[in-house]
Amino acid sequence: MEKVVRGFYSIAHSVKLCKPNVIAAYPITPQTEIVENLAEMYANGELGDCEYVTAESEFGAASILVGASAAGARTFTATCSQGLILMSEVLINAAGMRLPIVLVNTNRALSAPLSIWNDHQDSMVLRDGGLMQIHVETNQEAHDMVPVAFKVAEDHKVMLPFMINMDGYKLTHAYEPIDLLEQEMVDTFLPPYNPPVYMTTKDPLTFGSYAPPQYYAEFRVALQNAMERARKVLEKAYKEWAEITGRDWGGHIVAEGVEDADLVAISMGSLTGMVRDVISELRNQGKKVGLLKIRTFRPFPAKEVRGALKDAEKILVFERAVSFGHGGPVGMEVKSACFGLTPEFYSFAVGLGGRDVPREEIVRIISDVYYGKVDQGFHFGTVKPFEEVIV
Amino acid sequence: MNYFGPGHGACPGCGLTIATRNVLEALEGKCFVANSTGCLEIVSSQYERSAWGVPYIHSLFENAGAVAAGIDLALKALKRKGEGKVVVFAGDGATADIGIGTLSGMFDRNHDVIYICLDNEAYQNTGNQQSGLTPLGSNTTTTPVGELFPGKMGRKKDMVSIAVAHGIPYVATASVAFHADLRRKVKKAAEIEGAKYIQIHSPCVTGWGIDGKQTILSAKLAYETALYPIVEYENGELTRVRKIKERKPVEEYLKIQRRFRHLFKHPKGKEIISMLQKIADENAAKFNLDV
Amino acid sequence: MKITLGGISKPHSSKTMKTGDWGTEYPVVDEEKCTACKTCEYLCPDACIVVVEKEDEKKVAVPDYEYCKGCGVCFSVCPVDAIKMELKDIYKLEVC
Repeated sequence: MEKVVRGFYSIAHSVKLCKPNVIAAYPITPQTEIVENLAEMYANGELGDCEYVTAESEFGAASILVGASAAGARTFTATCSQGLILMSEVLINAAGMRLPIVLVNTNRALSAPLSIWNDHQDSMVLRDGGLMQIHVETNQEAHDMVPVAFKVAEDHKVMLPFMINMDGYKLTHAYEPIDLLEQEMVDTFLPPYNPPVYMTTKDPLTFGSYAPPQYYAEFRVALQNAMERARKVLEKAYKEWAEITGRDWGGHIVAEGVEDADLVAISMGSLTGMVRDVISELRNQGKKVGLLKIRTFRPFPAKEVRGALKDAEKILVFERAVSFGHGGPVGMEVKSACFGLTPEFYSFAVGLGGRDVPREEIVRIISDVYYGKVDQGFHFGTVKPFEEVIV
Repeated sequence: MNYFGPGHGACPGCGLTIATRNVLEALEGKCFVANSTGCLEIVSSQYERSAWGVPYIHSLFENAGAVAAGIDLALKALKRKGEGKVVVFAGDGATADIGIGTLSGMFDRNHDVIYICLDNEAYQNTGNQQSGLTPLGSNTTTTPVGELFPGKMGRKKDMVSIAVAHGIPYVATASVAFHADLRRKVKKAAEIEGAKYIQIHSPCVTGWGIDGKQTILSAKLAYETALYPIVEYENGELTRVRKIKERKPVEEYLKIQRRFRHLFKHPKGKEIISMLQKIADENAAKFNLDV
Repeated sequence: MKITLGGISKPHSSKTMKTGDWGTEYPVVDEEKCTACKTCEYLCPDACIVVVEKEDEKKVAVPDYEYCKGCGVCFSVCPVDAIKMELKDIYKLEVC
């Protein structure tokens, strides 16, 4: 059933159909309306066997889900930015405890200075935490990826937290026509949660043991192995979803026109639409340019990325975050995936803290790179010239 | 009847493990335990060496209140409430300092959880650093005795009043010195729906500088001097106190512990002892402890 | 070698850790004096002194030396002084 809804609702509706048992959250812009929608559903008795609570903080919300997930519940939360990094201690712990918590992160910049607007600095902080992470381009994709997230997180071969990244404001606040899922379709795809192990008095196990040096490393290897297995499980889920719904969002990456491209532009999230638009116009003009959209960020699809870039002469990454003291975090991943290949490499951080990224900026960056007008390496997009003074 | 140990790694004479065993005994093992990082967790939950005979989870230092809330919600959603009570075991630092946010949230939402604060009056797992529940004058590694300062300056945080102020149905203090009273309180708490807080005075042999043979004695003296009142609140009303027959001067309690020994020779020691006596007198008056 | 999901441990697996050799002393129960009141059982930090029924139907407290750390809590709380602590032989120094 197609309906014009905001990004928030595209998530909330999908979460409802996934029949979670415990939702705990804390309000934060631009996420709040997701949990407000869920709270309303709860208040109206639409969530079935589900308990919804507003926690005392994002830290508390994530911790509530640790307890609930360990006790065998299907769990969900949504957050972003300061909330996500406040949750980070818990989420990293949940990954180590192999709890399949699903969360939506409505990507927002980090303080200071305080900014409520969109970029990817928040989710990048969780890069090494053991959470699976994907980025969506549209609200329909966000809507569709919620059941996928539960299915993959809860797969017994995986058992890891799953974070869906959707751009704050750009997607969350946007009204778009969404083909809303039906319960039956979700039920076909997503079975009820069947925890491989959970807290019960019938088998009183100890969860969250500490590991002395003779064990710790093996548990971290096990976590890495689970991430490795998640590649296939996730890819399979993407395919199965496409078969059931007829909406194919691609695999870990989506490569468009890269085969003959001299320059491949790389993007994640909602910016991709505009980059695609520019690339396609340039192709129409006969320029050999292509687009690589990265959907899965963890586990990082290094093999697929390398395959798509093997013939590229120039690689250009549109970054939405900065790893201060180095460069763009996506570029760093792409470079390591391309180790041994010898393309020219460019990386531009654009739209930090919600700075508008006009189409002309994308056009200018691509043509500067295409015509060799900029040096290789990391750059910032449009910023005003300034001098830093004390006061 | 044994739901905890043996084979755990607690110091000989540890008060926490006495308290823990009695809580589990009172609940007849029908419970889900959420434990904060700390002494109890470290001595009991090493991989492949768990001392627990009940379902147990340790997540982080400061989130046991929230983890327990999550278990409570899951049991409710999954219609498994009959399986057992949800219990938190947290140290005084995890309760009064780093975890007070998640504790307050759990109280505020009135989850059906029994929160046990195992009060050994400092961060003992990491070697006796002061917490919010460390008493005045105590010599800890972060409030060491020096020429200027005779140990911790400032009072023990009044967690009992903080718990009562949340409007939760049951708040009590207990002591390992009175094990039957402790179990009675846990049983009573288990019958009440909603959030419960029980703070159990649990001596620490290493941090307090006592011998295992003085574990129970020191807990008893804390009560007999009125430095640790044993009280019970139901629905915000003080309903019961453990009366003291012949209240002892605080020195009786202080002199047997290494953490207070300096008070008897430090230039400011006398002043601190008289302040501690004043605290004891205030407790006696507030709770009408003297027979 | 097998490792469990996220480090889950089996209940009471600490039993493999025999702590009986930690202490320098050990408790000895005077079975005549013992009234089987269970005070020591409730207060043992290590769950290793238990009141059991002997063959003659008399109930007495019996320490489990496999785990007893010799802390002396039982000794200190016994209301009828039925428990005494003795030094382990290996700690007895002979002065020549």
